[in-house]
Amino acid sequence: MFSAANYIKVKSLEEAWQLNQKRSNKIIGGMLWMKMGKGRIQTAIDLSGLELDRIEETDEYFKIGCMATLRMIETHPELNRYTSGAVREAVKNIVGVQFRNLATVGGSIFGRYGFSDVLTVLMAADSSVELYKRGIIPLREFAEMKYDNDILVSVIVRKTPARFSYMSVRNSKTDFPVLTCAAARYENELILSVGARPSRAKAVSVPEELANKMMNEDTAAEIGRYAASQLSFGSNLRASGAYRRHLTEVLVKRACMKLAENGEEEKSCL
Amino acid sequence: MLITVTLNGKKQQSDVEPDMLLIDFVRAHGCLSVKRGCETSNCGLCTVFLDDKPVLSCSVLAARADGKSVTTLEGLQEEASEFAEFVADQGAEQCGFCNPGFVMNVIAMLRENPDPSEEEIKEYLAGNLCRCSGYEGQLRGILNFLDMRRRRDQI
Ligand SMILES: Cc1cc2nc3c(=O)[nH]c(=O)nc-3n(C[C@H](O)[C@H](O)[C@H](O)COP(=O)(O)OP(=O)(O)OC[C@H]3O[C@@H](n4cnc5c(N)ncnc54)[C@H](O)[C@@H]3O)c2cc1C
Ligand code: FES
Ligand code: FES
Repeated sequence: MFSAANYIKVKSLEEAWQLNQKRSNKIIGGMLWMKMGKGRIQTAIDLSGLELDRIEETDEYFKIGCMATLRMIETHPELNRYTSGAVREAVKNIVGVQFRNLATVGGSIFGRYGFSDVLTVLMAADSSVELYKRGIIPLREFAEMKYDNDILVSVIVRKTPARFSYMSVRNSKTDFPVLTCAAARYENELILSVGARPSRAKAVSVPEELANKMMNEDTAAEIGRYAASQLSFGSNLRASGAYRRHLTEVLVKRACMKLAENGEEEKSCL
Repeated sequence: MLITVTLNGKKQQSDVEPDMLLIDFVRAHGCLSVKRGCETSNCGLCTVFLDDKPVLSCSVLAARADGKSVTTLEGLQEEASEFAEFVADQGAEQCGFCNPGFVMNVIAMLRENPDPSEEEIKEYLAGNLCRCSGYEGQLRGILNFLDMRRRRDQI
C-alpha cells in the first residue's frame, strides 16, 4: 500500500488538473490498482465530489463518468442492451462484486492495462475518451498514447448501430485473463478487439470481402486466422505467446458465431 | 483530517490520517468482525457496506467514507443472525475465518436479489474466498436457506 501525506477532495476539474501537474501527486480512482504500489504520494487527489460517478444517456451516446464503477456498467440495462450484454460479460469475472463496486471506469481506461477486459470491450465499441485538457479523442488512439498528467473525465460510447459479443479465457474464474476478445458488427465493418496478449487491447478491422461473407463455422474460423495474423503475442506466467495465438483463433471464431446468433435473436424479436 | 462517518447507525466525527484504510478505521472503532485476509483485494473477508453497497474495506480510504454510512456485521446482527445460524447448523463451513465477509456479501446479494439462482449465487459470491470448505458446503447452505424461506413464506 502507498502512503499519502495529504488528501484533497477537489471542488473542480481545474483544481484537480493543477494538483496533478506535480509528479508526486496522484489522482485516486477506485484505488485498487494504486493500492498494489508501495510509493509515497504527496497529495491524493479525490474526484469523488464532482458528480462524475454517473452514466448519462442521450439518443446518440452513453457518457460514462470516470468515477462510475465497473459494477455500474455491469448492471446498466441500456448500456448492456446496446452492447448485446458484452459489457456485463466483460466485467463480471473481475474479482468480485465488492471489488467492482470500487474499481472505476476512469482508472481502468486511464491505466490502459494489457490484461484489461474493460479496455477490450470498450475498444470494440465506437468509444472516445474525454480528457480535461486534450478534449475528446477516440479510445483506440488514446490506448496508444503515452501516459501524461491529463484527467480522464468520461468515456463516451456512441450508439452507432452494432451487435457485440465478448469472450475471455482465464486459468481460474476471477484471475486476470489469459486472453480477451470483443467483436462488433457494424453496418459496414467488423471490428475485433483482442487484449491480454499480454499487451494491451488492439482493434483489428476485418477486410470487407471477408467480413461480408456468409457467417458460418468456416468463415468464423477464417476470420480467427486473419485476426491472429494481424496481432503480436507474448508470454508471461499465465500463458505462452503460442498458446495465446491459438486462443485468438478460437475466441475470435466463437465471438463471430455469437455475433451471428445475436443477430438471429434480434431478427426473431422483430 | 476530520471525517464524519455514520458507523452502524451512529454518526461520529474522527480525526484520521489521509492514507488510513477503512478496514483500520472500523477496527479502531471496535468492529472486529472485519478482518484482513489478503493484501491483494482478492479475498472479500474485509467486506463492509459503504452507503449500503458491499465494498472491500481494505481497498478504500477512510477519507472516502466522509459523509457516508458504513455498516459492518456488528450493525446487522438481526438481519445476519437468521442466515448465520442456519448455515452454522448446516455445517456449511469449517474454520469459519471467511464467515464475516461471506455473511455480509450474502446479505448484500439477498437485498439485491431475494431469490437468486445457483448461477447467480456463484457469480455474486465469486469474490469471497474460502480456504477450507471447497464452496460446496456454503452453496448447499445458501440453497437450503432459500428453500426454507420459500417454504416458510408459503405457509
Ligand atoms: C487484484 C486485481 C485484479 C484485477 N483483475 C482484473 C481483471 O481480471 N480484468 C480487468 O479488466 N481488470 C482487472 N483489474 C484492474 C481493475 O479492474 C481496474 O482496472 C484497476 O484497479 C484500475 O481502476 P481503479 O479505479 O482501481 O484505478 P486506480 O487504481 O485508482 O488508478 C489507476 C491509475 O489511473 C489513474 N487515474 C485514476 N482515475 C483517473 C482519472 N479520472 N484521470 C486520470 N488518471 C486517473 C491513477 O492515478 C492511477 O495511476 C484488477 C486489479 C486488481 C488490483
Ligand atoms: S482483506 Fe482480502 S480483499 Fe480485503
Ligand atoms: S471455512 Fe475456513 S476459510 Fe472458509
